[in-house]
Amino acid sequence: MMQPVFNRKHLLGIRELEVGEINHLLDTAETFRDVSRREIKKVPALRGRTVINLFFEPSTRTRTSFEIAAKRLSADAVNISVANSSVSKGETLLDTARNLEAMAPDCIVIRHSMAGAPQHLAKICSAPIVNAGDGAHEHPTQALLDALTIREHKKHIKGLNVAIIGDILHSRVARSNIYLLTKLGAKVRIAGPGTLVPAEFAELVEQGVRLEQRIEDAVTGVDVIMILRLQRERQDTAFFPSMREYAVHYGLHPEHLALAHPEAIVMHPGPINRGIEISSEIADGSRSLILDQVSNGVAVRMAVLYLLAGGGRSEVEEVIGPKSNGKRKHRETRG
Amino acid sequence: MKLLIANGYLIDPSLGINGGRDVLIVDGRVADVLERNDSRPQDAEVFDATGLIVAPGFIDLHVHLREPGQEYKETIATGAAAAVAGGWTSVCAMPNTDPINDNPAVTRFVIEQGEEAQLANVFPIGAITKQSAGKELAEMGEMKKAGIVAVSDDGQPVPSAGMMRRAMEYARGFNLPVVDHCQEHSLSAGGVMHEGRWSMILGLKGMPAAAEEADALRDCVLAKLTKARVHLAHISTRGALEAVRRAKELGLRVTCEVAPHHWTLTDQAVEEYDTNTKMNPPLRSPDHVGALLEGLRDGTIDAIATDHAPHHQDEKALEFDQAPFGIIGLETAVGLAFDLVHQGVIDLVRLVQLCSTNPAQIFSLAGRGSLRRDAWGDVTILDPELDWTFEASRSRSKSRNTPFDKRRFTGGPVATIVAGKTVYVHPKLKEITAGKRAELAQRR
Repeated sequence: MMQPVFNRKHLLGIRELEVGEINHLLDTAETFRDVSRREIKKVPALRGRTVINLFFEPSTRTRTSFEIAAKRLSADAVNISVANSSVSKGETLLDTARNLEAMAPDCIVIRHSMAGAPQHLAKICSAPIVNAGDGAHEHPTQALLDALTIREHKKHIKGLNVAIIGDILHSRVARSNIYLLTKLGAKVRIAGPGTLVPAEFAELVEQGVRLEQRIEDAVTGVDVIMILRLQRERQDTAFFPSMREYAVHYGLHPEHLALAHPEAIVMHPGPINRGIEISSEIADGSRSLILDQVSNGVAVRMAVLYLLAGGGRSEVEEVIGPKSNGKRKHRETRG
Repeated sequence: MKLLIANGYLIDPSLGINGGRDVLIVDGRVADVLERNDSRPQDAEVFDATGLIVAPGFIDLHVHLREPGQEYKETIATGAAAAVAGGWTSVCAMPNTDPINDNPAVTRFVIEQGEEAQLANVFPIGAITKQSAGKELAEMGEMKKAGIVAVSDDGQPVPSAGMMRRAMEYARGFNLPVVDHCQEHSLSAGGVMHEGRWSMILGLKGMPAAAEEADALRDCVLAKLTKARVHLAHISTRGALEAVRRAKELGLRVTCEVAPHHWTLTDQAVEEYDTNTKMNPPLRSPDHVGALLEGLRDGTIDAIATDHAPHHQDEKALEFDQAPFGIIGLETAVGLAFDLVHQGVIDLVRLVQLCSTNPAQIFSLAGRGSLRRDAWGDVTILDPELDWTFEASRSRSKSRNTPFDKRRFTGGPVATIVAGKTVYVHPKLKEITAGKRAELAQRR
């Protein structure tokens, strides 16, 4: 039996992961994608296991995605949404964690508005922790589902040019993607208003990140365009004069697409602000993979939950049943 | 009462002494500094300082003792106990208590609590403005009469340059140094760590070095305008240091201090989101740390101060964004200063200047920072070879918030004497000095 390539206890971020671990996560996710395409979308992989979705920040998409992922693995999923008041005078995170821990969950998925909250939890909990987004820090499953989507359409990530456009400063999606894409050999450029694209990002990773002032320069010749959601709720002061000006200067329009590689794909972590960071023609157009990202999100989260909450018990194949040749072949080529 | 500190190696920059001397303290004051072959008084109690360094008592210009109001974090008595265990004979208490020390009643309370504890000398610092709100001047004259040694709105720095100007002009009339925590709020608001590569990686809101540098420059410009005595607290940036260097070249009455964590750690220490790496000013990038080491070496930095800031463990157990700023520092500062000596950044004479001679001058503490005749019998006794490990759980402070738990040190305080009274001795002092004597005998 092959040694498992992912034996971390938690998934807190992409920055600390090895290339082998990322590939293993993606390969596993690819295998699980198959399950969602069946009539009976359920495998017994995590039967009898409990997954808690602890959401301190409002989220429909990510929470639903984790919930569906857990249920398709036959785990019992419990959702806890804690009213999001940043200065919550109630129970501390520490006490919440201790109480949940006493109920013996097999995995805790946490979304929090403050960077480092999952790390905080990981220090005190014996259950595996999955970071479902913490402040402006990381959103590892988003980066993984983005990579899975790119791999699906471009077959590889190495050598690709990727432009990430928008509010880089406050974006955990940008950070996790920069780590993941550069680790897998892509070249990343970022662009947005000067107030939201800090110079320090140029040296965020060893490989370097190219900073562009203008969206036109950022998208020229790229294979992938990632548009970030403009998160007004995360901005404590005004970083640009108006939504209108943002839409004109930093929104993605069809003429930008013409500058990119002819087969360039467009991605967005959602939910989209139509007509602001992305025009509807592009969002609904043939280059847009926004809905593929959502589908892949379930597969990635199944893989993460499986590897953290129940992995190692048996080979993926044993729990999900016979599979198509294509996927099997892909796994073998990665050896 | 006579105490003879015998056989030690005296370092007192104020006297230009750096050699073997005995110090005689009578009734709390220095009666004499004796050469080895001078005749010793027969009726004095003898403290054997063989192989140890004897220095004028160390003075910490910057501590938060939390009393009145936040006694669950620290009291003046526990803070003073931590001070003497760390080798400090005097501490200067910042006014951001509850109520704030912006009036003589609070000043007198702090002094009384300090006297009652009978450990370190506690010198209160008064607020610059009422409630440290930055709007109206506090009663500096009345507080000075009650015993404050400086004024500061530390923690809530005076935001308006106009207000700061008035404060400097007014404080000058009472010869009070104005101590500023340099921070331009509009640049640093909401920040929880140094703004730089690490704040970007960690997704935490940063405080740019420019926030400190802009305010340090402002204060130096105002020092020129007002001719006031201005002391910049815990500077942490290259720019602030350069501002001070320039002010000194211009002959302005500007001084500054640095806190041990700022030369010891960098912003990378925040990587694991340990709230014991959250302080204000924040841990900076290596370039700034390098500038501080240069300032320690070349004399631009006048003093080492701890910014001892105790917090309850429940407060520090919050998310990084939510946890309060600050760490305790009284018991680790001297150990961290010895690191500078071992690294060749400073020598022992400079260490004593930074911890005693200069602080006494900066706050005009009469009879402190020197062992000249009639000065107070405040003495810090150090063993430069002491191999020790700091255990936060055994701290004399009420709080445990330190990034230096379990850190190993070479060199540290072994006894602290305040007005001739030994208020702290290292639990193994007898063995330590016995070892030193044996070593010396063998060498002879």
